Amino acid sequence: MKITMAHGSGGKETSELIKTIFTKHIGNEILSRQEDSAILQMNGKIAYTTDSFVVTPLVFKGGDIGKLAICGTVNDLLMAGAHPQYISAGFIIEEGMDFELLETIVISMAESAREAGVKIVAADTKVINGNGGIYINTSGIGFIPDDRILSVENCKVGDCVILSGDLGDHHACIYSSRMGIQNDISSDAMPLCKLVDALFDNDIKVNCMRDVTRGGLATILNELSEGSKCAIDIDENSIPVGDATAGLCSILGLDPLFMGNEGKFVAIVSPEHALKALEILHSTPGGENAAIIGKISEGKGVKLTTKIGGKRLLNVLYGEGLPRIC
Amino acid sequence: MRNFDRILDYLKNYSGRPLKIMEVCGTHTSAIIKGGIRELLSDKIKLVSGPGCPVCVTQQSYIDALIKLSRKSGTVIVTYSDMLKVPGSTSSLSMAQAEGSRVKMIYSPLDILPEAIENPDITYIIAAIGFETTAPVYCLMLEEIISKGIQNIRFLTSIKKIIPALELLCADDIDAFIAPGHVTAIIGSNAYVELSGKYKKPFTVTGFTSENIVISLYNLVHMVESGRYAVDNIYKSVVNATGNLKAQSILNKYFVVGDAYWRGIGRILQSGLYLREEYRMYDVGSFELVGNEDVDTLCSCGEVITGKIQPSDCAFYGNACTPFNPLGPCMVSSEGACGVYYINKG
Amino acid sequence: MCVATVGLIESIDGRIASVNIKNNILRVDIGIVDAKVGDYVLVHAGCAIEVVNRELADEIDSLYDEIEAAFNA
Repeated sequence: MKITMAHGSGGKETSELIKTIFTKHIGNEILSRQEDSAILQMNGKIAYTTDSFVVTPLVFKGGDIGKLAICGTVNDLLMAGAHPQYISAGFIIEEGMDFELLETIVISMAESAREAGVKIVAADTKVINGNGGIYINTSGIGFIPDDRILSVENCKVGDCVILSGDLGDHHACIYSSRMGIQNDISSDAMPLCKLVDALFDNDIKVNCMRDVTRGGLATILNELSEGSKCAIDIDENSIPVGDATAGLCSILGLDPLFMGNEGKFVAIVSPEHALKALEILHSTPGGENAAIIGKISEGKGVKLTTKIGGKRLLNVLYGEGLPRIC
Repeated sequence: MRNFDRILDYLKNYSGRPLKIMEVCGTHTSAIIKGGIRELLSDKIKLVSGPGCPVCVTQQSYIDALIKLSRKSGTVIVTYSDMLKVPGSTSSLSMAQAEGSRVKMIYSPLDILPEAIENPDITYIIAAIGFETTAPVYCLMLEEIISKGIQNIRFLTSIKKIIPALELLCADDIDAFIAPGHVTAIIGSNAYVELSGKYKKPFTVTGFTSENIVISLYNLVHMVESGRYAVDNIYKSVVNATGNLKAQSILNKYFVVGDAYWRGIGRILQSGLYLREEYRMYDVGSFELVGNEDVDTLCSCGEVITGKIQPSDCAFYGNACTPFNPLGPCMVSSEGACGVYYINKG
Repeated sequence: MCVATVGLIESIDGRIASVNIKNNILRVDIGIVDAKVGDYVLVHAGCAIEVVNRELADEIDSLYDEIEAAFNA
């Protein structure tokens, strides 16, 4: 069965769609009131973010657009030091989309929301002309505990840069699918709650965090360098990259430093806590390959010491990070 | 001290006469940047980019022809991603795609065969660029096309031979050449012997690891210092003196040599490969492009890829010409010498 | 001008080999090399352009010795 323009008209077909797919899987006491707005009680400082998801293919190893839509927004809240609480989800569905595929995506969102401990409290669907695709926007709210003050301005010379795991798996997974290259590379999409909570629960002095999404590590570190008005020195030898992803990069001429991830972050940590932070991440699911990859220093820009001791200035990603032949 | 440390020490402390060494191949340019190798060398050793980047030397009229073909209904342009943003005279494949042209990005042109067989009413035009490394792939494709009777695949070729371009460069003030490892796997290291002897310039056939490139530089500087003009091969695992004879044979079967136009350099005699007449029904006008001269007066890419200037010496570098708005192919994202330079120097 | 990488031929079907590059399996045309299962090949744009001779692997110390020998000769 396929989605048609009638499913977006606001009439009977729309309410059937909402009941059989959305309320069934992502329903909760707030959403099922079916009011025009969710009524939420807020005290204290909140973090608020939004993101839109347009990935193709819609389903890939390790996840789908639905999982990304929840994890992406949850992770942005976590990076601000917030406990993620509430998510809104807007769906723009192209007519011709397969009902079963839509349900798979929504189930995936429900699972990811449960894993992240968030509720989807507001949702909307629209149907447009097209070829069976889907675009999802999510926004999210989280509460920031008083003792969590994260800001790029807190980063200071001597702080350690910790990366939570292998680079490039999500981007590698998507390109493998698009270019028809067979491997077991899975997207690393996951909510980072356990890893972030583990650091704070163990009183690690985290000054700033960023998730390593579009543009890759090089782009994120440049943002941190600019925001902190410091240089960031990193060591190529300490950057973790999975073997299969490294292999794919060698086939397609890709560079893991510029490849997107959906379940990795950098934490800028005071030096006296860095080793403990690393130990904690290693013993938390998802952080087994975490590594201290460098430090904040005087100056500006992001400088990489290469495997043979050369020096390379890392800039942000230019272009789209596409495969190369030359 | 480890041997590699001795090599690094020598290169850092080299104090002989200033040397200009050319990294012929675009993949070497990339690898040198990735390895941070320039920073390991004495100021007296200058590395310059070469014309071994098929995207950089493809003439503007080729891009224009591809764009025109892409606008025909029932046509799909099949290309490597490197070509998407290269500017033609008014547009690019990427812009044409945004306007509705069908452009398919592939890792290997061979990947399109099943789709072409399934869609006989669509014409698939292969943007067949490259040097001798990539040319055999198109030959293998032709073998499949002919044996399976596939009627809906065509080629627009811009295939260049590296030796004629190197001959021009040997006559210039380049002291030594990092010879491209993968092209040489096909053509054999003997291909450089005549040039090396005639112009008294050393060549070292080099692989693509940082270590191999550093060792190559060590070898080249030694050769210049000792007046030994020879062709050495330090990529023996895949390169031998005579090359891949099967590849050379298949190239000869399907292609004939002709003059070619190199963007920024001009016409170089006998430097291009074109489908032989008996296979030209699979071609969509590659031979007719040879005569088209670029009206490209703004771009200094030609001087960059012949080692005459560094990217930052170009008047437009970093202001009118950036990866966001490239005036020429060398600045297209991370594929060309200027793009690599800009992205990594800031 | 040539992004290429090395992989191991795991099986061959006619002119197409299944090549393993760090657990990425590529279908590679081996039409211009003489290769068999168990060989390592250099792969560029879906085509094996050479069989890798691992005994001649380009090892730093042996290359250094060769260069020194040529320099001293």
